[in-house]
Parts: sequence; C-alpha cells; structure tokens
Amino acid sequence: MKRIYVKEQWCLGCHLCEYECAYANSGIADMVRALKGKAIHPRVRVEDAGEVHFAVNCRHCTDPVCVQSCISGALTKGEDGIVRIDKQKCVGCLTCVLVCPYGAVLPSPEGHAAMKCQLCTDNTMGEPNCVKHCPNGAIVYEEREAMQ
Amino acid sequence: MREGEFRDPSGCAIVGVIDRSGKKMTGEGMIKAIEVMHDRSNGLGGGFAGYGIYPHYKDFYAFHLFFETQKAQEETEAFLKKHFEIVYASEIQTRKLSAVQNEPVIFRYFLAPLPQKLSNSHLTEREYVARCVIRVNSEIGGAYVFSSGKNMGIFKGVGYPEDIGRFYRLEEYEGYAWTCHGRYPTNTPGWWGGAHPFGLLDLSVVHNGEISSYDANRRYMEMFGYKCTLQTDTEVITYIIDYLVRRQGLTLEEVSHVIAASFWSTIDRKEEPARSQEALLRRMFPSLLVTGPFSIIVGYTGGIMGLCDRLKLRSMICAEKGDRAYLSSEESAVRRIEPSLDKIYSPAGGEAVIYELYHQGGRA
Amino acid sequence: MMQLYIRPDYEVIRNEARCIACRICERQCANEVHSFDPETGLMRSDESKCVNCHRCVSLCPTHALKIVKTDDTYRENANWEAQTIHEVYRQANTGGVLLSSMGNPKPYPVFWDKLLINASQVTNPPIDPLREPMETQLYLGKRTVKAEREENGLLKDTLPPQLKLSVPILFSAMSYGSISYNAHESLARAAEALGTYYNTGEGGLHKDFYKYGKNTIVQVASGRFGVHKEYLETAAAIEIKMGQGAKPGIGGHLPGGKISEDVSKTRMIPQGVDAISPAPHHDIYSIEDLKQLVDSLKEATEYKKPIIVKIAAVHNAAAIASGIARSGADIIAIDGFRGGTGAAPTRIRDNVGIPIEMALAQIDTRLREEGIRDNVSILVGGSVRSSADVVKAIALGADACYIGTAALLALGCHLCRSCHTGKCNWGIATQRPDLVKRLNPDLGYERLVNLVSAWKHEIEEMMGGMGINSLEALRGNRLMLRGIGLTDTELRLLGVRYAGDSL
Repeated sequence: MKRIYVKEQWCLGCHLCEYECAYANSGIADMVRALKGKAIHPRVRVEDAGEVHFAVNCRHCTDPVCVQSCISGALTKGEDGIVRIDKQKCVGCLTCVLVCPYGAVLPSPEGHAAMKCQLCTDNTMGEPNCVKHCPNGAIVYEEREAMQ
Repeated sequence: MREGEFRDPSGCAIVGVIDRSGKKMTGEGMIKAIEVMHDRSNGLGGGFAGYGIYPHYKDFYAFHLFFETQKAQEETEAFLKKHFEIVYASEIQTRKLSAVQNEPVIFRYFLAPLPQKLSNSHLTEREYVARCVIRVNSEIGGAYVFSSGKNMGIFKGVGYPEDIGRFYRLEEYEGYAWTCHGRYPTNTPGWWGGAHPFGLLDLSVVHNGEISSYDANRRYMEMFGYKCTLQTDTEVITYIIDYLVRRQGLTLEEVSHVIAASFWSTIDRKEEPARSQEALLRRMFPSLLVTGPFSIIVGYTGGIMGLCDRLKLRSMICAEKGDRAYLSSEESAVRRIEPSLDKIYSPAGGEAVIYELYHQGGRA
Repeated sequence: MMQLYIRPDYEVIRNEARCIACRICERQCANEVHSFDPETGLMRSDESKCVNCHRCVSLCPTHALKIVKTDDTYRENANWEAQTIHEVYRQANTGGVLLSSMGNPKPYPVFWDKLLINASQVTNPPIDPLREPMETQLYLGKRTVKAEREENGLLKDTLPPQLKLSVPILFSAMSYGSISYNAHESLARAAEALGTYYNTGEGGLHKDFYKYGKNTIVQVASGRFGVHKEYLETAAAIEIKMGQGAKPGIGGHLPGGKISEDVSKTRMIPQGVDAISPAPHHDIYSIEDLKQLVDSLKEATEYKKPIIVKIAAVHNAAAIASGIARSGADIIAIDGFRGGTGAAPTRIRDNVGIPIEMALAQIDTRLREEGIRDNVSILVGGSVRSSADVVKAIALGADACYIGTAALLALGCHLCRSCHTGKCNWGIATQRPDLVKRLNPDLGYERLVNLVSAWKHEIEEMMGGMGINSLEALRGNRLMLRGIGLTDTELRLLGVRYAGDSL
C-alpha cells in the first residue's frame, strides 16, 4: 500500500506539516480561521533533537499493535491497509496511545477518544496534506516494499 | 531597386532536362515546358542554362555580360584584357519582342587566362577565373558577369521565361542539357542580373522557394571570399555548392547531406558507413545546412542534379524517357514536351537526384 | 567612532489578522529576523537583519508576510540617491570595500529586450514543432577541417574532439564552496538528464560527483584550486577561466567561513582559511602564455577534450577573442557584465565590463572577418534570462548559452544578493549544514530539468515560427533579428537592422 514515509535527511524541522495537518483535519475551509489563536493538535509531530528533525505519524503497520490492543473494537485495519479509528466506538481508554511504538496515536483534544493519521482519507484534502506542503520533499507518500 | 539592395524571396517554376547519350536538343523544348507553368512566374524574371552549346569554343571560358553604360563596358574590357586573352567578343544576338523591354547591352566573350598572370597568382585556373568574376561583379558598377563556364551559357532577363527564351533565340542553340527558371519575386526588380539561373564557372542553379537559413549561410560563405552581392537565395546556394565541390572536394551526394542533411534521428537509424559519414558532414559544415522550402536544379558539365529541402516543402518530380531525364516543379511541364514517360516519381526531401552523361558515370 | 544609523531598505509587513503564530518564519530565517513574543503570543520582526530573500514569505502557510521597500526617505535628490548615501555612510562607518553578490543590478540597457525575432508569412511556411522534427542538438568545438579521404574514398574524421549537446544551454561555472553540495548535485544530475553540461567553477570537483564526469566541464582558474590529473581526466571538457563578467580584472575571494572540511578537501586548501584566486594567472601575462596553458592541458589529457577559454566581456573583447581563436582553444566562453557572482566588490560589479550582446556581436563579426570563426565555438553567458535571450544570442552568432542566475532561480534563489554572507536561506550559497539541507537535490534537479525543458520547447516554437528546423541554421542568422529603440551605432555594432526595415 501507499504510505507516508519521512526522509529525515531532508526534514528541516520547520513544523509546517503540523499546521497543515491541523488545518486539514479542522473541517474549516480557511486556514486562518481554523488555526488562529488556537492550540493545534496535529496527527503528525516533528521530533527535534539539535540538528536532527523528522516528522512522525502513523505507519499503518502490517500487524498493528494498536488494533490488537483496542478493547472496544474502535481501531481497525481496513482492506486498503489504512488503520482507522471509529470515534463512536472509542471509549477513551488510551491503551492504543500507550502501546503504539511510534507515539503516533494521540489523545484527542476533545477527550474520550484517541486520534491518528488516516492519510487524509477522513477529511476533504484527498491526499495527505503534510506531504503536499512539505517544502523540501522530506515527507513522501509512495508505494514501497512491504514494511516489516 | 535592384538585387543587392534588398533581400528578395521569390516563388518560382523550375525545369531541367538532360540527354544522357549526349544528343543535342535546342532550347525550344524548355521554352515550351516552362510556358506551361506560366502561373508560377509573374513576368519579373526568367532564364535558361544550356550545356554543350559552344562546342567550337569548348576550351574557353564563355563570359556573358550585361552592361548598363558604355563606361562600364570599357572598364570591364580593360579588366578582362589585363587578365585574359580575349579569343572572341561579340554582342549576343537577340530578337526584339514587345514583351521584353529595357534590355541592357548583352555581350559574350570567350576567354583564356593569361598564363603568366595565372601562374603568378598561385591559384588554380578555376579559382583565378572565379575571383575575376567576383571582382567584376562587386567592383565595376553597371557591369555584370552572368555566365562564366566553359561550353555552357546562361541566358536570362526580366520578363516571362518563355519570352526571354525567344528573346535570346534559344531555338538556335543546341545542348545536351538545359535548365530553366520562371520567377515570382516579391519585389519589383527591374534589373536583368537579378534573374536566374545564377552561375559561377560551369555551375548553374535554378531555385524555387525561400530559405530561412539565408543569413547564417551567407555570413559563413563570406568567410571564404564569396560576396553575396545579390542577396538572393540562389546566389548563396550556388556559392555553397561551388565551395563544397570545388574547394572541399565533396561529391554532389555529400553536398546534399550538408545542405539538405537528414535529421539526426534519421541519421542515427542508418547503416554504416552512411551513418558516420552523414554525421561527420553535419559536424564539419553545420553552417551550410539550408532550411526552409527549396527545390533546386543544379547544372554542371555533364550532369544535372535535383534536390529539395529536407521537409520537402517545394514540389519536384523526376521523369525519364529513354536517354532523356527530366526534373520539374510540375509534371505538366514535362508532359508538354514528352507525353509518354518511362518513369516518373517524386524524390523525397533531401534526396539528391543526379542524372549524368553515360560516359561521365551516367548515374541514376 | 560614531556609527551612523542606516535605516533598512526593506520592511517586513506582517498581516496580524492572518498570522497564526506558527513560527515557521522564525525557524526558517537564518538571519534571525523573526521572533515569538510569549507574553503577547504575537510574532515580531527585526527588519534591520532582513536581506529580503523571501524565504519566510514563501513558506508562510497563511501568506501573512510581505516585504516592502521602505518609504522612509531623505530629501529627494536625483544625484544622491538613498543607496548612494547609504554606501558612503557604510564606508565611513567601516573603512571597507563594499561587497555584493549576483549580477549587476544597475539600470544599464538590456539589448536582448531591444531585439525582435522574425516569423514566416506566406513566402515561407512556419514549421509546427509538434508535428515536424525540430533539432536543438548541436556540437561545440573546432570545425576547421579540410575534407580528407580514406583509401576507400570515405571521408576521414579529422575533427578535433567536440562536445555534443541536446539543448543549446549549459550551466555556468559555480564553484563548490560558493554554492552548496546539494546545489552542485542538482546541477550535475540535471545536466546528465538534459544531455548537457554543468561547470565546476574553480572549486574543484567533489569525489561524489566524479560519476557525472561525462556531463562535467572542469575549470582551471588562477588559484588552481582542486586541479589534478584525475580531475582533468574525469571531465568532458576543460575551461580555463581568465575572467568573470561580474568582476573583470579581479580574482576571487571565498571567505574562510565557507571553507568547510569537504570544501577544503575538494579545493586542496586548508580548512577555514580564505581562498584567494589571484587576478591574473601568474603563468599567463600575454596571449602566447595562454597558448602554452592550452597546449599543456591538451597534452595532459591526450588531446581528447575540448579546451574552453572563458573571458569577461571587456572593451577589447573582439581582439582578445581573435587571439584566443588562434591559441588552439576549441571554445571561447564570454561572460557579460550582468553575470552573477558569489561575491564581488560592488564598484567592480557595477562599473566594469560591457554587455554580453555587444561583446558577442563584435566577436562573431571579427572572427568571421578574419575567416577564423570555425576555429572556435562561442558560448555566452551573463545574463541569459529566458529562451528568447537564447534565440537572440544564437541569431547574433553564439553557438550556445551558459545560464547561471536563471539556474539558481530555478533552485529557489530569490536574488537577495547576499551570497557573500554565507547564510543563504535557500540552501544554495552556503556551507552551513542546517541550511544546505534546505535544498533537496531530488527536487532541485527536477526544477532545473523543468526549466531547461520549458525553454527548449519555447526555442523550438520560435525556430518553427522562423521556418528554421535546426539550430545550425539559426546561428549567426542576424537577418532574423531587428532592433528597436537603438541608435545607429548600436545597430551597427550588433549588426542588425531597425524594426520595419524589410531590407
């Protein structure tokens, strides 16, 4: 399946992807209105350590630990390979947040649920917005050999 | 205005014939053939080149000259006397026609270079003669050498070509090959020297089309002593052929691979040695590639060559009947003088069609 | 000492209504113009540090930023403009030579913009490049040959080595050191993909790029940085740099700050120490010395590579070119006074040299008058800004064009002309690793390929319009040009007629 991959070598740590993610998932058409004066809760996070930067979001693992550990059946891996969360079923136990080895599942700001990257299939962007707006080609969306 | 003062693109009709057995024909056939293509000319120029027409003077350079003034003639004759032995000189006999007017004084000289002058010049005989022609044409106002080969002659003027042919009484000349040109210039030149064929030594060129590479070709040729005083396409094409054949020693086929070179993509698909030979010619003489529409008939001692631009933007057909071979802008012109043909076809763009006397190789 | 305050020329304008305080501007500005005020939650900017490189403007996700020319003004004075006054203040403050980068920005006439191209109507058909073949392939090098034949009658290939190009555009010399590793990688990969060449400049060739050798022109300049046997052997051609359009008559100066470990290895000079190229080659004080260097380089590379001699366009360019054409060199590169540089004294950049159009026209004419135009090909640069400039250059007599500034623009350069500071926010003219990584060569090379491919299409369209289907028939075809707004002298020097003169 096509996944988002991060090329750490080219990540500038500008954090633009975080804002583009937050905007994409805000449901608001105007970026200023969506983000101005608000704390953002993006599903992609840029890790910074000195000169090393890279963005982290859901890897859509072949055998996802989060899905296995979900107590309410809210997390599923679809036939398209995308790991999705059904907020209606989520009870907010946050087990998934604890078990995700990448820290890619996050508590939702509205509480009672977790949130994660669903490759912008759950918003109106059509394609991953972080990939589209990365100024340096450091986040790519492509088909690669099966991930272990 | 006259040629040389402006750039003159023109449309045209061209036709040529050779009897490969060397049998002679009068100029009458060409007159009839070009008459069919009357619509392709506009009465502002026509001309003929005949080969083998001066058998009695075949070892001498036959100069045909236009003079506009007595002074020009005197100056020219003084120049000619300094450089040549004048074997024979006379006015060219013409026929008065109402359709042909304002003719200049037209003279013919049979010349042999003065041996001492020639050897002092350290030039080959042909180069010596060519330089004298270029000097008269660029330095003596009112005089113009329009034919300078051995055993051949160019006859041209302002008017429809069939009238020009009759004016020069070409039915009285006999040659083994003829070429002819009817002109449709986009200016109104009143000068006879500007008509075609254009010639240098025994090389003559008639041409239809307007080339887009003109100034690239002209500026390149002028590096080698040629002076493109007429600013016509035909003039520069003639010089290119002269330079490549006479000074670089290329064959006419090789010349066609320079001036109407195949596209690189076509060359890459060819078999050896054609591929490397054609590529080499393009790399050696890139500035002599001629682009834009043209069809030409080149006349030279013993043969005629037809060639079209590489996109074949001007029409040309080749035809054969027995020993006779024809090249023409239109089939109708050939059918007029030879209704039943053995063979007729259209050559591809850039394909040189060469017809020569049998004893000279008799190609094609 | 008293330091006069000089008000910045540009102001950073932030539309507070749009700013979401994402701080991307802050993170992306190496000049530290932007900062976040945690107390108010607002962004601030310090325009005195701004070089107007537009990195923040380009990356701001809500387009909340713009840079405007300040409306602060001195009493108006056509003679003493603000810039002139500032330069005096700056020099009085520091006692230093003014430094600048990139090409001459002064309002000298641009002759490209005063030349118009012809098109076919009626007497000659235009050619549609989408339907008919259109050739932009060419060879650079000597063409002076006498046709000779083998015993079997075939023509002998006696041509000296030539460079084959699929487009009449090459990337001009920009050294590793003045520009970054990633910029060099982008140029090298683009040259390979396009079937053309890039030029190392005088900074040597990084080991990683030897694999692009067949698309590389290596430079031998007065400092001889990074020149060794393998360097020469790897290249497709060797360029002797005698001068540069941006700074004719003076050498080069790469500040020690740009001499990183890698740059030092590539240049074969100590790390962190300024790299100075002398103004002349100290083994070339006259034309016959140049011939010896040409011969030595040919000898060293077994006569397998064309030698280019690059000169700045100066008053006597035609005579100099005539000398070079007889020196054994295969190609002359001429660099006009609007050519770019990584660093040059401002006064030199803005006042020395002549426009490339004039130098080109005069050199082509002179070489033809002397019958030696075939001895060399002519490459021109400084500055060729568009495909139309390329077409006009070729019609004036050039064989092909070098592009430098246009290539950098494709890589993201915004012509802030601050290369000499080494803090290029676009990752081009810098060696700071955090900045260098801003230019991802995967994207950079693609943008260069896009640019040149687009120009190639446009060149084909213009050629087709003229009824020309091969560049060879355009070269030196000055009847395809007409001048507009030019004096008789300018027309004479360019060898073109005035618009409307149908000849």
